[in-house]
Amino acid sequence: MADTRPGAASRVIRWIDHRLPFVAMLQHELYEYPTPRNLSYWWNFGSLAGIMLVVMIVTGIFLAMQYTPHAEYAFDSVERIMRDVDYGWMLRYAHMNGASMFFAIVYIHLFRGLYYGSYKQPRELLWILGVIILILMIMTAFMGYVLPWGQMSYWAATVITNLFSAIPVIGQTIVTFLWGGFTVGNPTLNRFYALHYLLPFIIVAVVLLHLIALHRFGSNNPLGIDMKGPQDTLPFHPYFTIKDLFGLVVFLMVYSFFVFYAPNFLGSTENYIPANPMQTPNHIVPEWYLLPYYAILRSVPNKLLGVILAFGSIFLLFLVPWLDTSPVRSARFRPIYKWVFWLLVIDVIALGWVGFNPPEGLVVTVGQVATLYYFVHFLILFPLLGKLERPRPLPLSISSAVLQDGGAQLGRAGAPMANP
Amino acid sequence: MLKRLVVAAALSAMIFVPALSSRAADETPPLPHQQWSFDGVFGTYDRASAQRGFQVYKEVCSACHPVKHLYFRDLADLGYNEDEVKAIASTYEVTDGPNDQGQMYQRPARPSDPIPGPFPNDLAARAANNGALPPDLSMIVKAREGGPDYVYGLLTGYKDAPAGFNLLPGMYYDEYFAGHQIAMPPPLSDNAVTFADGTSATVPQMAHDVVTFLAWAAEPNLEPRHRTGFKVLLFLVIAAGVFYATKRKIWATVH
Repeated sequence: MADTRPGAASRVIRWIDHRLPFVAMLQHELYEYPTPRNLSYWWNFGSLAGIMLVVMIVTGIFLAMQYTPHAEYAFDSVERIMRDVDYGWMLRYAHMNGASMFFAIVYIHLFRGLYYGSYKQPRELLWILGVIILILMIMTAFMGYVLPWGQMSYWAATVITNLFSAIPVIGQTIVTFLWGGFTVGNPTLNRFYALHYLLPFIIVAVVLLHLIALHRFGSNNPLGIDMKGPQDTLPFHPYFTIKDLFGLVVFLMVYSFFVFYAPNFLGSTENYIPANPMQTPNHIVPEWYLLPYYAILRSVPNKLLGVILAFGSIFLLFLVPWLDTSPVRSARFRPIYKWVFWLLVIDVIALGWVGFNPPEGLVVTVGQVATLYYFVHFLILFPLLGKLERPRPLPLSISSAVLQDGGAQLGRAGAPMANP
Repeated sequence: MLKRLVVAAALSAMIFVPALSSRAADETPPLPHQQWSFDGVFGTYDRASAQRGFQVYKEVCSACHPVKHLYFRDLADLGYNEDEVKAIASTYEVTDGPNDQGQMYQRPARPSDPIPGPFPNDLAARAANNGALPPDLSMIVKAREGGPDYVYGLLTGYKDAPAGFNLLPGMYYDEYFAGHQIAMPPPLSDNAVTFADGTSATVPQMAHDVVTFLAWAAEPNLEPRHRTGFKVLLFLVIAAGVFYATKRKIWATVH
């Protein structure tokens, strides 16, 4: 086996590989890993998310070396990073805007999954692991936002932890337990810091599971039909490594624009005011990536129900593989779902707008309608469409649909790159 | 007793002033937009303007407002040479110690010292200012919606209160301040300072200069950020071209 494999000439590598088949595993998972040949650029966002996770961990570790997790010093230590640490401003702006970029990527990745039915049999667990990653990301981002100990940090921590007080009987006890005291204070900051450092590594672990589940059946594709043979696939390397690299560079341009030219555009000016427990900001808003959940929370007049629906809006995603009863994966062949999908996109953007604005007048009405639609979309339209919709006929195979001669020439199926 | 009253007044001011402000916020006119030297991709701080602004801060604002995050050494960034920074620092007295007798002592400031504020603590600042706390200015441009335009607007936005406006005693009317009731008396008046470079010290000129200084104070690394960003983007544009061409070549045989 080792002898026939190109590139494993080195005797040292062969010696190691015989005992610890790490190179063989990489060879198998990257070099030979068959990938549907018709993946579009929407499939770049998975690897982009993985890269962003690494960027966040690396910048985060260096920031942690300079940051002081104490209510008295946290704000000033962040300013010290910005002013006196070499390239501290770059580390912090990269980390701050990196969180936004990470969420933007993951949301696109998630909506890609919804459009092309990537959660359907046999990829249900792959999807569920993804939702777990999203939940862990939200927790990590929220706790990270508290660390600079600005006004919005403090009041976001207060508002969000207070949500648990809506739980009957034991709510207040839980909140005191979360705070480590009777108000948000130094113990809260300390535990948030510890967890903010811990959770990303748990995310890494779940990402590995996500990858194992992905590599079991391989990527879904824009046609949503299974790969039926080598004519439908291309080796991951070099075809998709180069496509991912090009996408990465384009993404880095957007990311760099924010880091270098609009570093505070996505943040709140309030967070440059040190935390003051005696003064509530006029208008408490979370970061943009949490606005839709916040809008759902505020759209329900009952606090407990609001909390249940806000959390439920995320947990609902766990059920998506079973709520969607259509046997066809890709929206390309689902004439009604194709349009309904965009209603959800509009709905979530509307919820974001609602979450950003003070709850007065039109904002409240839009918020309630959009909240209602969000749940109707998943709980009613998803199961119903599977029954009502007449899907268009699926192509026989990926190659017959995407190659000009229908994949007749098997020789063109794409071989691994010759060794340099 | 008096101290407690002051604290109580300050607390109630903090609680009630924002409540008033949200109601009146609608009447705030749009901010005047200024041309700032630090705007845009290649923006840098106009050193002459920032130095004049530092003078305005030193001679006017610093009577009440600290710049907590600035050190004397930072002033070198504004184009002062080492001796000038030392000279500026030595005009301030700072508390150091304890010495080997265990005593705190006063000494002239050095470039490595933070610029001392006017009050030993926030309560002293409130006590001297009718219960209001003059905010730290080293972050003010980043800590307010509208940034430099807002601070400029605030400094030049003092007006007589319109008829029927209930201006509380000891407060002033400012067009751009949320709620229009501001505890700070109009800080700038024509020729409040004399600029060494002969620039005429009008209120708009001083406001523009001091905002340039405060923008620098809030974001002293803006210039290296703009420069690095340009190089990074240039690199990425070239890399994108190379990767796109490579992608086309690799995929040429499989379409």
